[in-house]
Amino acid sequence: MNAGAARNALLALAGLALAGSCATSETDAIARLEAAPPPTSFSPALVERGARLTALGDCQGCHTAEDGRAFAGGRPVETPFGTIYSTNITPEPRTGIGLWSEQAFRRALREGLDRGGRHLYPAFPYDRFTLASDEDIRAIYAFLMTRPPVSAPPPRNRIPFPFNVRSFLAVWNALYLHPGPWKNDPAHDARWNRGGELAEGLGHCSSCHTPRNALGAERGDRHFEGGDTEGWHAYAIGATSQSPVGWTEPAMRKYLRDGWEAQHGVARGPMAAVSRGLVHADEGDLAAIAHYIVSGMGHAGGGGARKESAASANAQGERLYRDACAQCHEGDESLPFGGLVLAQSIGVAGESPRNLVNMILYGLPAAGDGTAPIMPGFAGAMSDAQVVALSSYLRARFTNRPPWPDLESVVAKARKEGERVAKTPAGGAGLDPARWGGT
Amino acid sequence: MSGRIELNGEWREVRSEGDTPLLYVLRDELGLNGAKYGCGLGQCGACTVLVDDEAVFSCVTPLSMVDGKRVTTVEGLGTVEHPGPLQRAFVEEQAAQCGFCIPGMMMRAAALLRAEPHADEKRIREALQPNLCRCGTHMRILRAVKKAAQA
Repeated sequence: MNAGAARNALLALAGLALAGSCATSETDAIARLEAAPPPTSFSPALVERGARLTALGDCQGCHTAEDGRAFAGGRPVETPFGTIYSTNITPEPRTGIGLWSEQAFRRALREGLDRGGRHLYPAFPYDRFTLASDEDIRAIYAFLMTRPPVSAPPPRNRIPFPFNVRSFLAVWNALYLHPGPWKNDPAHDARWNRGGELAEGLGHCSSCHTPRNALGAERGDRHFEGGDTEGWHAYAIGATSQSPVGWTEPAMRKYLRDGWEAQHGVARGPMAAVSRGLVHADEGDLAAIAHYIVSGMGHAGGGGARKESAASANAQGERLYRDACAQCHEGDESLPFGGLVLAQSIGVAGESPRNLVNMILYGLPAAGDGTAPIMPGFAGAMSDAQVVALSSYLRARFTNRPPWPDLESVVAKARKEGERVAKTPAGGAGLDPARWGGT
Repeated sequence: MSGRIELNGEWREVRSEGDTPLLYVLRDELGLNGAKYGCGLGQCGACTVLVDDEAVFSCVTPLSMVDGKRVTTVEGLGTVEHPGPLQRAFVEEQAAQCGFCIPGMMMRAAALLRAEPHADEKRIREALQPNLCRCGTHMRILRAVKKAAQA
C-alpha cells in the first residue's frame, strides 16, 4: 500500500469511527472498588507466581519511566502515530489501578478497555495479552496490587488526528483483535501449548518480531518474519529465520534466560531489556517458550552462512575489520565477554543490516548494575562510508547471502536517529556470576 | 602502515601499524602525552581526543580508522603561555586534583562547545557522562565548562 492509499484508508476508517461513536455509547464502565484490596488478601504463592509472569511479560519495561518508580508509568513509547505514555499500574487509587477489580484488569488485557470502558491504545499489546489465561492474569493482578502505590498521573498522549479519536480503535479492534484466551491445539502436547500461550500471549514476542501494516497492526500473513522497533530490527524467529547457527531448545532457553548464548551471542537493544526481565521468569515457562519457538523454526537457519573468502575487493572494509574488530571477535576470551565469531552472527547474516550498523556506531554500553559485556561504539571516529565498507565486507566474508541493498541509507538513518536508538546494556549475562560460571 | 593525520593543525606522517590504538600513536610515536591511558576499554574517557569535531576514545580507535582525518588533542587547545578558553576556565576553577582525567574532560567539553557554544548545565552533564573522575572534582569541572560556555 502506498502512502496516499494508506492515508485514504485511514481517513475512511476515521470516518467510520466517528460515525460509530455518534451512533453507539462507549462500553460500560466496570464499577470502582471502594478501596484498593489489602495486600494480605492475596496469597504469597499467587504473588510470587505473578512476579515471574510479570517479568516474563516485561510489564515493567514499558510501565516504568527512566529513573522512575517501578510500574508508575510515564515512559514515552514512540509509535508511527505519535507518542504514547505508559500508564501507572501501581495500586494507587487515584492515578493508578488501585480501584480496578480483577474483572476490570482482565478486560483491559483481553479487550483493550480501561476500567471506565475507554479504549486503550494498542501500543499496550492487548492484541497479544488477550491470549493469557485467567489464572495467569489473576497472578499478575495479585502481584501488581501488592506493589507500593505511587501517585503519578501519566503525561498527556501526543497523538494526531485521526488516531486520537478513541472510537477509531473500535474499528481497529474489529479488524485486528482476535479475543482470547489461547485455545489448546490437540495436535500438540501440553508443553507446546503452554509455550504458545506464553510466546503468542503474555510474552508478546510477535509485537516486535512481526512486521506491521499501515494501521500499526501485526501482519498475520507474515507472523514472526521480523519487524522493527526502537531503532532496531527484531529478527525473524519463525521458519524464515536467517540465523547462521540453527537454534536448539537448550540454546534458546539459555539465551532467553541469560541474554546470551555461546553460539549465538549477546542480546542487545530492546531484546537486552527483555532478557533483563526473563532472568526472573519461571524456568518451566521459559523451557515451554523455547520449545514452541524452536519447533516453529523447523530447520531454518544454520549451515549456509559460514563462507570465509580470503580474497576481498573491499580493502577498506578488510582493513577496518582487521584493525578494529578482530582483536575481540577473533580473540581468546570466551563469551559473553569476548566477541562472537562473526560467521555465527545474526547481525551479519540476518535479513536487515540495521543492528550491525547500530552496533558499529553505538556499541554495547556498560551496565550500571553489574558485570556485563561491552563493546565500544565508533560513531565519532568512523565516516558513513567506512561503516558501509565494513558492513559490506563482513557480509561478503562471513556469509553466502547477497549484499544488503541500500546500506548507505541504513547507515545515514541509524546516525540521524542516534538519540532515539535504544542503547541498552547487555541483560542477564553478567549480573549473577553463578549463571556464567565466573567469579 | 604509513599514514597521515592532521594533528592539531599540522599534517604528520605516522609509521605505526594500522591496528595500533590512536592513543599509543599520539603518546609513543608523536610524543604528545596529554591524552591518558585509563582503562584501555573506552569506558573511562581519560584518552578522549577529537577526530574531526567528534570526541572519541583514542584507546579503542585504531590508527587505520582515522588515516587522513583531523585529530585534536588537549595540546591543540592552547599552550602554557597562551591557554585556550577551556584551559583557562579549568585553571581558574582549579578543576584538577590529580589531573589524570582532565585532558579527556576538556576534549569531551570541547566537542560539545564546538557543536553548542552556549550549552546549558543539563547538556554539559549529559555530554560529560562518558568521562569519569575518581578524585571527585565533578562540580569544579562542571563550573569550568559552564564558564567556558558563557565566555
